[in-house]
Amino acid sequence: MIRIQGLTKRFGANTVLGGIDLDIKAGERIVIIGPSGTGKSTLLRCINFLDRPDAGTIAIGDLSVDAAKATRRQILALRRATAFVFQNYSLFANKTARENITEALITVRGQSVSEADARADQVLRETGLSDKAGSYPAALSGGQQQRVGIGRAMALDAELMLFDEPTSALDPEWVGEVLDLMRRVAESRQTMLIVTHEMQFAREIADRVVFMDQGRIVEEGPPQRLFDDPQDPRTRDFLRRVT
Amino acid sequence: MRALDLDYMLGLVPVLLGYVPLTLAMALAAMVLALILASLLAVERVIRVPVLDSAVVLFISFFRGTPLLVQLFLFYYGLPQVLAFLTQINGVTAAIMGLTLHFSAYMAESIRAAITGVDRSQWEAAEAVGMTRGQMMRRIILPQAARIAAPTLVNYFIDMIKGTSLAFTLGVTEMMGATQKEAAGSFLYFEAFLVVAILYWIIVEALSFGQRRLETRLNRAFAR
Repeated sequence: MIRIQGLTKRFGANTVLGGIDLDIKAGERIVIIGPSGTGKSTLLRCINFLDRPDAGTIAIGDLSVDAAKATRRQILALRRATAFVFQNYSLFANKTARENITEALITVRGQSVSEADARADQVLRETGLSDKAGSYPAALSGGQQQRVGIGRAMALDAELMLFDEPTSALDPEWVGEVLDLMRRVAESRQTMLIVTHEMQFAREIADRVVFMDQGRIVEEGPPQRLFDDPQDPRTRDFLRRVT
Repeated sequence: MRALDLDYMLGLVPVLLGYVPLTLAMALAAMVLALILASLLAVERVIRVPVLDSAVVLFISFFRGTPLLVQLFLFYYGLPQVLAFLTQINGVTAAIMGLTLHFSAYMAESIRAAITGVDRSQWEAAEAVGMTRGQMMRRIILPQAARIAAPTLVNYFIDMIKGTSLAFTLGVTEMMGATQKEAAGSFLYFEAFLVVAILYWIIVEALSFGQRRLETRLNRAFAR
């Protein structure tokens, strides 16, 4: 169970998140949609403190962090309870595909090299990248890089996986393989919070869709209800423009 | 104009070669120490620890702002008059200390620039998996900064090898000191200094070859 309450983020005079409340059940897959610049990515980045929220609390399991007085130790604990998939992949450029997956297992989780390697082998098989284990990111296609990025997050067995527009930077030809992999992650009942513009994908895999506008949650519900019968005029307007 | 005394020059080569190990040892010791010190200074400059930061800025400013020769004299001839325990210091140690402090100031600045040159995505990815700042620096940022800084750092090493010649002003008989003595005995200054110049040149050229190998290795991860 993950509980986000009153999460607020300001950049200068600009309020990007105006008090977000969101409960996420274990195994739940939530997709966040909404116009550009509306705070969707900032919400994700505030959950693991890549951007430091100004106020609000984030609770994951036994860990509860008050943004206003979060300690360094709490922030690390929060980051270790979550896994993040970046829009621009953000693979470690000095590490091979396999090392990208094992790095945090060894350095952060304190696993032995053989333990981490075994997990990496498994993840590389699941992501279809076994033959690319020794390749550096620069030698991989965008789609392959993002699959490594997802694999790196999968290996952490995090309580919550955060996806920040994982297909937005991809050439169209690679979008399919990345969405396929995300579908398989979703089937494993991994708890996921996904920001995406892929509406068809959201409809397929989401347990719940959240529509955000101007730093607030406007409306949320099961995909069928939200997509086919949106209640708020802003949701209707947005869906008309994107579909 | 008189002819070069080639026999004298050839005879001098083995004599001076005997001092190459000392020259290289001084440069290598100073380089290793300077790299460690410079990395610490650079990391501090990036994360900016209050108070300490001002001290680091002052340190870098002083050691970049004054000549190496002046610093060597200050350590070897000056400091022992103020700090009694330094009277035991020998010329080689003083030279290594001076080279370390002097070059660490320069190297700190290029390492700092290299650290800030590492793409933002690398910092965020390291943070996102829950690395501490130390882990992030050691495992992700510094290895990538090393690649960016490598060409300049090798240049400093080359400069350092040549800088060891100043140790002769502290009474150390290294390559330069030995040449000086030889020349004073034979009065063949031109021959003697030409030989030592060529020896320094050969050492630096060998190093430049190593530099190209190193850069290829560091670029391995970035080749398409």
